[in-house]
Amino acid sequence: MLEIKCPYCGKRSQNEFSYGGDAAVKRPELGKEVSDKEWDNFVYLRKNPRGNHREFWHHVAGCRQWFKVLRDTSTHEIFKTARLDEEL
Amino acid sequence: MQKYSIFSLIKNAFSNHKNWEVAWKDPEPKKQYDVVIIGGGGHGLATAYYLAKEHKITNVAILEKGWIGGGNVGRNTTILRSNYMWDANGLFYEYGMKLWENLSQELNYNVMYSPRGIINLAHSDAQLNTYSRRGNSMRLNGIDAVMLGRDELKKMIPFADFSSSSRFPIFGGLMQPRGGTARHDAVAWGYARQADSLGVDIIQHCEVTGFEVQNGKLTGVQTSRGDIKTKKVGLCVAGSTSLLAEKLNMNLPIESHVLQACVSEPVKPFLDHVVTFGAGHFYCSQSDKGEMVMGGDLDGYNSYAQRGNLPTIQHVLSEGVAMFPNLSRLKMLRTWGGIMDMSMDGSPIIDKTHIEGVYLNCGWCYGGFKATPVSGWTFAHTIAQDRVHELNSKFRLNRFSTGHLIDEKGVGTKTWIG
Repeated sequence: MLEIKCPYCGKRSQNEFSYGGDAAVKRPELGKEVSDKEWDNFVYLRKNPRGNHREFWHHVAGCRQWFKVLRDTSTHEIFKTARLDEEL
Repeated sequence: MQKYSIFSLIKNAFSNHKNWEVAWKDPEPKKQYDVVIIGGGGHGLATAYYLAKEHKITNVAILEKGWIGGGNVGRNTTILRSNYMWDANGLFYEYGMKLWENLSQELNYNVMYSPRGIINLAHSDAQLNTYSRRGNSMRLNGIDAVMLGRDELKKMIPFADFSSSSRFPIFGGLMQPRGGTARHDAVAWGYARQADSLGVDIIQHCEVTGFEVQNGKLTGVQTSRGDIKTKKVGLCVAGSTSLLAEKLNMNLPIESHVLQACVSEPVKPFLDHVVTFGAGHFYCSQSDKGEMVMGGDLDGYNSYAQRGNLPTIQHVLSEGVAMFPNLSRLKMLRTWGGIMDMSMDGSPIIDKTHIEGVYLNCGWCYGGFKATPVSGWTFAHTIAQDRVHELNSKFRLNRFSTGHLIDEKGVGTKTWIG
């Protein structure tokens, strides 16, 4: 069982959260011409690292806030969580 | 190679089974190979076997970081099927079913193919409509498909919840009678033994640490047991594909996720088929030892740990109990996890890459085991001929950027949506 520290509510069980994927992926800028390659990078291609991974989680059965988590994908250890407007 | 038969069994009984030949050798890596296959799982072993048998390329090495058959080929729930709607999948997996049907004879190794039938349960009229559409597509592709009504199902799976208070009443189902199970370890060992006898070097405890690429062409691989020259390398490493691709500066449309399965204590026979729940992601079958073999969803977050967490097991088994209420009385014997190479559209990739001599076999998601023979067969063709076969011509790496996705179920890595 993962214990995830929501930056707003504190430590809660994994049951209250849902996963939102890689937080390092950046959406192409709005109002700019975007090439197929850039869309491909954003929508499909992932680094998929073994080790430290910055990712989004959603406290869906709690405060319903999105936030960022730094987690090790090989051990599931969670090092740090942060609000979206904070550095991780 | 010593052929396995009733006569060799009797002959060896006289010497107390002490003189059987080893099933495969343990060679030192050579300095040069025509083809190097990375990954000694089902797909890698099958690829090497078909390279040697179909394409007469026998100067081949399989490099395995651990021991052969120790990854997902030993961690799956052993289900075989080709009940797909889209042509790309249906024709590919159906070719695989034909290989399965003859595999024990071909490999001279009993893979215990058991065509017990796979049943997808439907819990609404709309779902039955969808299943009949899929069933019709299957039959147009020459795949066996039968629609079943509630009364027929009552006779076939009497322990499912047919009560009037059922939360998900059973309306009917779609069955592929030739679908079923096989013994997973035997598949790996059978391919290994035949590949070895055709001259393939199976090199265990040998990790690939890097690639040598010159002017866009592969020239060799670096391993924990020395450098090896080769012009062609095939990646068959499932959940670790992104880690090797990173050494080639490639980003792939793949995320690695942990998928758990579990077995119960053994009980007397009560389930003759593979049955899938239609109102969630749960399926089960009964092994020859009597254990209920069960599986369902991914844990749902990127992972390279070959173990998962309890909430997913609880979630999956609550679906199981909704389908077969008497499962609630069983004790669990064990649970385990494997690392799935989840592609972004849920379908595999068997293709060449932009680097000459580097071939990719990945993106198997939940269903790599059933594809073992056909994946090896098409991948061997792709490597030997340096072009995709018609059967894997839709499983291209560039389909994501060109928009030719194969969205069989509309799920890829993003199980958290939907």
